[in-house]
Amino acid sequence: MSTEPTPEAGVHPALDRQDIAHLARLARLAVTDEELDRFAGQLGAVLDAVAQVQRADVDDVAPTTHAVPLTNVVRPDVTRPSLPRDVVLAGAPAAEDDRFRVPRILGEEA
Amino acid sequence: MSDLTALTVAELQRALADGETSAAEVTRAHLDRIATEDGALGAYLHVDHEGALRRAGEVDAAGTAGTGLAGVPVALKDVVVTEGVPTTSGSRILEGWRPPYDATVARRLKDAGTVLLGKTNMDEFAMGSSTENSAYRPTRNPWDHDRVPGGSSGGSSAAVAGRLAPFALGTDTGGSIRQPAALTGLVGHKPTYGSVSRYGLIAFSSSLDQAGPMARTVLDAALVHEAIGGHDPCDSTSIDAPVPTLVQAARRGAGGDLSGLRVGVVRELGGEGSREGYEQGVLDRFTEAVALLQAAGAEVREVSCPSFGLALPAYYLIAPSEASSNLARFEGMRFGIRVGDDGSRDVDDVMALTREQGFGAEVKRRIILGTYALSAGYYDAYYGQAQKVRTLINRDFAAAFDDVDVLVSPTSPTVAWPIGARVDDPLAMYAADLCTLPASLAGVPATSVPCGLSEGLPVGLQVMAPALADDRCYRVAAAVEAALGSPLTDQLGARTGSAA
Repeated sequence: MSTEPTPEAGVHPALDRQDIAHLARLARLAVTDEELDRFAGQLGAVLDAVAQVQRADVDDVAPTTHAVPLTNVVRPDVTRPSLPRDVVLAGAPAAEDDRFRVPRILGEEA
Repeated sequence: MSDLTALTVAELQRALADGETSAAEVTRAHLDRIATEDGALGAYLHVDHEGALRRAGEVDAAGTAGTGLAGVPVALKDVVVTEGVPTTSGSRILEGWRPPYDATVARRLKDAGTVLLGKTNMDEFAMGSSTENSAYRPTRNPWDHDRVPGGSSGGSSAAVAGRLAPFALGTDTGGSIRQPAALTGLVGHKPTYGSVSRYGLIAFSSSLDQAGPMARTVLDAALVHEAIGGHDPCDSTSIDAPVPTLVQAARRGAGGDLSGLRVGVVRELGGEGSREGYEQGVLDRFTEAVALLQAAGAEVREVSCPSFGLALPAYYLIAPSEASSNLARFEGMRFGIRVGDDGSRDVDDVMALTREQGFGAEVKRRIILGTYALSAGYYDAYYGQAQKVRTLINRDFAAAFDDVDVLVSPTSPTVAWPIGARVDDPLAMYAADLCTLPASLAGVPATSVPCGLSEGLPVGLQVMAPALADDRCYRVAAAVEAALGSPLTDQLGARTGSAA
């Protein structure tokens, strides 16, 4: 971010176009110039509204990570059939030699 | 036989069991109505015409029609994966995808003998409160085609209210079953979190998502809920507890006696404490519904839940955060569309282009917001803080349920609004979920039941109960329904001339 992390409750940095572009890159999301303008305004307004959680008095409150108390759930360690390979690959955008075909992962310089 | 599309699930069961009609006839009647009405409504994204007729024929041949739900048609929100039947979650990124397996809820309905009519329209990845965020087309409210049907399960609500299906499944993350049910005059129930399997539901916000029934009567919703509920080893968050006797609770409530039941009116949700943003007509119907509960013998008192005011900001941090993580799987490598793979781009660029073209504006907005809220330096201030607020809301519920058996509020602060009125204002859209968010954050069950009309449009009453006490919701909702008479959708049928 272009600004330091929030030092005190109720304060948050404004999100500018550069921040939005950075976040979009992190999320593997190409965005148009027009979207950058629109999202910067809208996300700023949304952040203003949601930032009120920072003012909640929760000093001694534990976070709820889950609505239902759960312990680790494990299933019996038994081999089961999976979906057939051709069925899984049938939904892929590209497949070759019984595998997913993907674009190159390493750049030219690698 | 009267118009088969006007019958409730319970009435269809009886007609099928008595041999007055067949699964094929019932299915054909609904497919015919879809053919004539759905062009205007936009309730369906995919109609499985051939599959439905084939399945109905199988049920008739097996002679099981009328046994349980056998032979009763169903519409499923397009977020529920269905083997071999297109499933898009309302998004272009999954256009043309046919899942290789069934979600547990779809499998259970199939095993019960229901006939899948098709997949219903929805806000993309269930993000929205109006079904205007569908990548394909908006859905219209059967009560007024210029208004929204609610969201994100708006296709399901329009299908059932418009008699294009006797019942449907929706999913509810922040209110997406209850709010569209309220806006179209239906009964919708969000079950206790974990009590209905999430296996095979395309995840939006995993700690909040929950599938549930949408139907024209409380009894119908209970019949469906019992069929889909119960433990599922495929879902590690599934609660291993028996499903409460919901049909029995609905029948008991329909008797109209609520004596001994303590009902809390939430001060902060349409009670005396916070009335800003609520339409007067909604408050009037709510007040009348509370009077009906009192007349049925319930003891009514006002209950304060001071942290409920923080539910909206907490939700709009938690849900986008979880969504930004869940939606990472849509990258164009293993399923769905792929964009820009012309040999000149590497995998990162192809992923970014695929997501740019595959996702709509609301999805992108929430992914970016979630990425921000989870980023280093901001996690504690936003996501962590919101999860602590969630604990405060849990405590409010726990304290309230020490004093009362159920809590009530309006389901939505307003009736259905005109299409387009809120699309450019995310905050106005998010406010539609004001009343439904607290129960979602706490994972407790909640029902919306119709409680009359305001300006000719449906108003819903929300009934919330402690976790795993879903039966209380059904009992109270059934009592309200019984006191008000025939289902609200009968009035819609009479108005549009499509009644039996």
